[in-house]
Amino acid sequence: MSPRTDQKNYVSIFRPLRHALAFATLALLTLAPVRAQLTIEIVGGAGTAVPIAIVPFDGEPAGPTSISYIVGQDLARSGLFKLVDPSGVSPRPVRIEEVQAPAWRAKGADAVVVGSAKPLADGRVEVRFALVDVVKQAPLVAMVYAVTPAQFRATAHKIADVIYEKMTGDPGVFSTRIAYITKQGPRFQLLVADADGNDPQVIVTSNEPMLTPRWAPDGMRIAYVSFESKKPVVYVQNLATGSRAAVANFRGSNSSPAWSPDGRTLAVTLTKDGGSQLYLMNADGSNPQRVMTSSSIDTEAMFMPDGKSILFTSDRGGSPQIYRLPLGGGAVERITFDGSYNVSARPFPDGKGFAFVRRDGGRFQIATQDFASRQVQVLTPGPLDESPSVAPNGKLILYANEVGGRGTLAAVSSDGRVKQRLVSQATDVREPAWGPFPRP
Amino acid sequence: MKKFLAAIAVVAILGGCSTQPSAPVDDQSTAAAAAAAAKSGTTTSGATTSGISGSSTGTGGNPLRDPNNVLSKRSVYFEFDSFVVEDKYKAMVESHAKYLAGNKAAKVTLQGNTDERGSREYNIALGQKRAEAVKRVMVLMGAQDVVIETVSYGKEKPKREGHDEAAWAENRRVDIVYFGE
Repeated sequence: MSPRTDQKNYVSIFRPLRHALAFATLALLTLAPVRAQLTIEIVGGAGTAVPIAIVPFDGEPAGPTSISYIVGQDLARSGLFKLVDPSGVSPRPVRIEEVQAPAWRAKGADAVVVGSAKPLADGRVEVRFALVDVVKQAPLVAMVYAVTPAQFRATAHKIADVIYEKMTGDPGVFSTRIAYITKQGPRFQLLVADADGNDPQVIVTSNEPMLTPRWAPDGMRIAYVSFESKKPVVYVQNLATGSRAAVANFRGSNSSPAWSPDGRTLAVTLTKDGGSQLYLMNADGSNPQRVMTSSSIDTEAMFMPDGKSILFTSDRGGSPQIYRLPLGGGAVERITFDGSYNVSARPFPDGKGFAFVRRDGGRFQIATQDFASRQVQVLTPGPLDESPSVAPNGKLILYANEVGGRGTLAAVSSDGRVKQRLVSQATDVREPAWGPFPRP
Repeated sequence: MKKFLAAIAVVAILGGCSTQPSAPVDDQSTAAAAAAAAKSGTTTSGATTSGISGSSTGTGGNPLRDPNNVLSKRSVYFEFDSFVVEDKYKAMVESHAKYLAGNKAAKVTLQGNTDERGSREYNIALGQKRAEAVKRVMVLMGAQDVVIETVSYGKEKPKREGHDEAAWAENRRVDIVYFGE
């Protein structure tokens, strides 16, 4: 657990943005042309958000570093919860049995979170919380943690994950991390931060571009492409030690790393034998094997969650489209058909569909497609949306866009209803990558 | 039409014209590419070669650096979504191929670039395809395969910042860079 005390280093913060949402909605309504029949356009905002009251925990000083405050911020930011002001209910409940449902129903809350933080003799703090459904008047979950003050933020994210899962049925992603690349003047940096943008840590600084950060499934290594030797070379860096190795540094260009689900294999695009072609290699770069021979561009490989096939981008049909290659043998199958530019496929964790980038006229947009129905759903208005990265629970898609000529990050729920943007200071931000669930 | 535009661009440069040629155009991107090429000083090799190659010999300097030598021209520009090395660049590319064939120690890297639109990784592949197209021409014209490395910068190192066709046209480019430069 890393210390999370430096509050001055905020680089970016998720914020649900009503104005941006209204604008995006307007843009879609006025600018989107009529599209092929299988495409559904989302023009509405978030539907119903669960009203939930987070009562300040007993024994905690109030303020933005308190656990209960961070829990509330996490939940509100997801777009699926609406915070109900807990003030005015007296006495303030701390335990399940002290929650008086009628008082909370009167304030409009469907659920209430109570808790406490009590110092222990060994210097740690005992953090308790409970979630109560005040509609059904039933406790939903209660837990206790013994943590150091440095672990307060992580504990708050864990509590938010538990509440999110109880209320929505899906695991929360508040305890996960993200990676992204910034450009400030001539300087490029690869950073890792908590999913809420807190605790950003620079892991690479370079005067040459970097792109395509990809988390290993263990969350301990990141593969990326760096131009520091005046050409694209694929590196794998260990996050614990900072040590790294060039795993693909062949003649020509080396790019587009992707991890197999077991973390043992990397798919990469190499040009050493002519043309951009797909190879599989061990995660240390040994034993590169070409997976297929084509006279076209084949790149942007991503493993399906079961590891049995890869999605990739190819121009073999005349325009860039997404294809699927079974790794156990079998024919390559074209997956996208709607439009002349469909690239950057990112499978959802349930394997039923994928997020990707489509071009519609001159606009690049984030969309999803279902494998079975081939139904395409456009999630973002463009015009320069790229590099989607799916959260490990499949519910949010982080992506890069451009606002006022500057690269910024944004997120959209995979149903298109919730839109977030990641605000940053005066720097160009790009290439977001959502990390895996933390290992227990 | 393209040759006509190219000829105008060359005339503009040779004549020291400070204004852009204003010619009737049938295709905005073609005109912009020509304008961008003119601005960057790396234009239509055919005319440049025939007009200038004789005058550069007395200098005794490095032909690669001699601004009067076609070998100082290093960039091939491409149309949107295209990998075709246009005829107007063939004489320049051929000069480099012949130089490589005649100077066994010489090696080049062909650096492919794209404009800013679309997937970063797919653009790496597009830039690579452009670099390989130039390499194919060089090898056809006598250069050894092993002295030419093709790499791609995709859209990561734009020569010209900007979000318009003039910037895009200048960034859809392959640069010929000699080893040691």
